[in-house]
Amino acid sequence: MTDIRAYLKNYGGPPLRLMEVCGTHTAQISRCGIAGMLSPAIRLISGPGCPVCVTVTAYIDRLVELSLEPGTTVLTFGDLLRVRGSRRSLNDARAAGGRVRMVYSPMDSLRIASAAKSGRFVFAAVGFETTAPVYAMLLEEAEQADIRNLRLLTSLKTMPPVIDWICKNQGGIDGFLAPGHVSVITGSRAFEPLSRKYGIPFVVSGFSGEQILASLYALVRRRGKAGVLNLYPSAVTAEGNREAQRAVAHYFAPCDAAWRGMGKIAGSGLALRAPFARFDAGSLGLDDDRSFNPRCRCAKVLTGAVSPPECPLFGGACTPRTPQGACMVSQEGSCYNYFVGGRGSR
Amino acid sequence: MCVALPGKVVKVDGRKATVDFSGNTLVAEAGLVKVKPGDDVLVHAGCILQVLTKKEGNEMREILKELEAL
Amino acid sequence: MKITMAHGSGGKATSELISEIFAKNFNDPVLDRMEDSAVVPGCAKIAVTTDSFVVTPLFFPGGDIGRLCVCGTVNDLLMSGAQPRYLTCGFILEEGAETGDLQRIAASMASTAKEAGVRIVAGDTKVVEGSGGLYINTAGVGFLHAGAAIGPERCREGDAILLSGNLGDHHAAILSKRMGIENTIRSDCAPLTEMVGRLLAGGVEVHAMRDVTRGGLGTVLNEFASSSGCRMELDEGRIPVSAQVRGFCGILGLDPLYMGNEGKMIAVVAPGGAEKALACMRKSRYGADAAVIGRVGPKGESAVLLKTTVGGTRVVGPLYGEGLPRIC
Repeated sequence: MTDIRAYLKNYGGPPLRLMEVCGTHTAQISRCGIAGMLSPAIRLISGPGCPVCVTVTAYIDRLVELSLEPGTTVLTFGDLLRVRGSRRSLNDARAAGGRVRMVYSPMDSLRIASAAKSGRFVFAAVGFETTAPVYAMLLEEAEQADIRNLRLLTSLKTMPPVIDWICKNQGGIDGFLAPGHVSVITGSRAFEPLSRKYGIPFVVSGFSGEQILASLYALVRRRGKAGVLNLYPSAVTAEGNREAQRAVAHYFAPCDAAWRGMGKIAGSGLALRAPFARFDAGSLGLDDDRSFNPRCRCAKVLTGAVSPPECPLFGGACTPRTPQGACMVSQEGSCYNYFVGGRGSR
Repeated sequence: MCVALPGKVVKVDGRKATVDFSGNTLVAEAGLVKVKPGDDVLVHAGCILQVLTKKEGNEMREILKELEAL
Repeated sequence: MKITMAHGSGGKATSELISEIFAKNFNDPVLDRMEDSAVVPGCAKIAVTTDSFVVTPLFFPGGDIGRLCVCGTVNDLLMSGAQPRYLTCGFILEEGAETGDLQRIAASMASTAKEAGVRIVAGDTKVVEGSGGLYINTAGVGFLHAGAAIGPERCREGDAILLSGNLGDHHAAILSKRMGIENTIRSDCAPLTEMVGRLLAGGVEVHAMRDVTRGGLGTVLNEFASSSGCRMELDEGRIPVSAQVRGFCGILGLDPLYMGNEGKMIAVVAPGGAEKALACMRKSRYGADAAVIGRVGPKGESAVLLKTTVGGTRVVGPLYGEGLPRIC
C-alpha cells in the first residue's frame, strides 16, 4: 500500500482525468483527503453520482405540492430535505405547514402507512440501481399486505446511460471509478460495453481510503486500455445480484429520464410498470428543470465540465449555508465536498 | 452513491433478518439474498443487498505484482 | 398524576407541586425560604450563563433532561474558568405532563447538582396548554478563579490539543430510538467539575477549554481556529470514538466529528504539559478515554486540518445544515 501511495504521488506520466460517478465515492475521497495525495498530473473529476443532485426541479416542486395537500404526508430520505425546486425545498414546505417526515429506510413507510390508514403517504423514491431493489421489496410487501394509502413519486435513474452521455457529449475522461454499490446489483459486467465502446478502463472500487487508492492506481496503470477490473470482489460479482435485478424488472421498466443539467437521456430511468400504476403518485412528465439561480452552474459541474471553483457563484453567493444549487446542498455533491473538504486544494 | 454498511446476521425470521453492526442491531429486509445467522452482509437503506465473501481478489494481487515489476 | 392548568395558577396546587417535588428534592436552605430572590454569598468577579433544555425523549439511556440541564450549565461555567456555585431552574410544563416524571427529573437534578458541587437556589414553574411536554431553562453563576486567563485567543503554535473521551455517545443515544436501531450506547451526560479541577490544580498551563456539545468537535475547533487565528492540526487515528458509535454512524452516514456530546471537553495546553494534562483527565471519573488528538499550528491560516488514517489531509469545516442521517 505504501508503494501505491508513492506511485500515485510521484506519477509523472501524461496528465489523466479520472472520474468517479458515485456520490459516496465523492464523499469518501473528500473525507480521506485523497485528492491531495495524488500527483498534479492526476486530476479527479466528480461525475453525476449523487441521485439528489441530478433530480430535476419539477420533481422537488411536485413533492412540495404533495406535502401541502391536506391529508398527505411526504416520506423521504434526509438528503432531499434541503434541495430546492424552482422555489422551495421540503424544509421550506414543512415550515409552511406541509407534512414531511424523514425515514432511514423506504421499508419504514409501510409501517407508517399501516398505522395511519386514513392518511395518504407518498415516498420520495429517488436513487440509482442500488436503491431500486429496495423499492421493489417495498412494493412486494405493500401488495401482500394490501396497503392502499402509500404511493411512490419516482426519480429512479441508471448509471450506464449517463456515463455514455458524458463520454459522448463531454469526453476527456481517461478512466472511471465504477460505482461500488450499484455494481453489487448490476454486476461489474454492466460496464463492459461502455468500456469497450470508448476504450476507457473502468475499475469497480470499494469505499475505504485504501480501496479507492488501489482503484485509482489500477486506472492509472491501465490507461488507454478497455476493460472492467473488479477490485471489490467481496461484494461485487460479474453478474451482480440476479434476484434483485429480477425484482426490479418485475415492478419497473426502463424509461427516458430528465437529469439536472443534462436534459433527457434515453432509457436512463426506471418507471413503474402499468399493472402497478396504483402505486404511482404521478411520476411521469416531471421533466422541467429550472434553476433557482440563473447563474448556477450545477449542470456543468455535474458532468465534470466545470470544476466547483469555476462556477461564478462558488464560495460567494453559494456556500453550504446558502446553497444555490443541488451540488452544494447534498453532502455528496461535488461543490459541497469541494468547499468543505478543500478537495484538491492541498 | 449509496451508503451501505457491512454487518453480521444475528437472526433470520422469514423475509427479515436482524443484522448487527458493531453492537448496533436493526431489522433489515432479507428478500433479495438467502442469508443465515453468521453471514456477513451489505445493508443499504434497511435492505440486505448481498452476502459478503472473503475474496480479497486475485485482481488485487495482480495489481501489486505489476507494481513490483516497475 | 397529570399536570393541569391549576398547577400553574399560583395557588395551592402550585405550592404543593413546588414543595413536594422541587423543594423536597433540591433540599436547599435558601431555596426553602421561597423568597422573591435567593440572596447568597458572592465574589469579586462572577461568570453567569443561561441555557434551555428541550430534549425528547425526557429519559434516555445514560441520563434525562434533569441531569442534562445541570451538566450543561455547570460545564459552561467551568469552561470559562469559573467554579460553579448556584443554579436556577425554570420549568415550563405542558398540560398532561406526568408528576411522576417530574419527581424523577427533580431527583436526578439534585443528585447531579450534588456531584457537581452546586446548589439549586431558585426556580419557577409555569404551565401551558399542550400535550405533556416539559422544558427547563437554567441560569448558572460561578466564581472566577483568580488569575484565570483562559480563552481560545490564547492558543499558541505548538500547544497540545486534548479531548477528554469518546465522541458521539449522546447524539447516538438520542437518535438510536428514533431511527429504530438497537444498541447499548448511553449518553455521556456528565458534570466536568472534577476533571477541570484536576487540570487547573495539576500544574498544567491551560490556554483554552471548551465543552464539546451541539455541532461537535468540528464546530468547537473551528471557533478556536477563528478566535486564535491559528491552524488546528488533528490526527484522525487519535480521535477516540467507540466501536459501537462508529457502527451507528456507518449505518446512518453520520460523522462523529459533528455529533453532539454532553460530557466531553477540549483542553489546549502548553506543549510541555500534555502528558500531565492527559494524566489529569484520565484520573477523572469521566476521562478514561482521554487522548491527545492534535496540536495548534502556526498563526495565519485559521482552519482545522485533519490528517486522515489513509494518509491524506482534509479540511474540517464548521457544521452546515443539521447533520441529518444520509442514505446517499
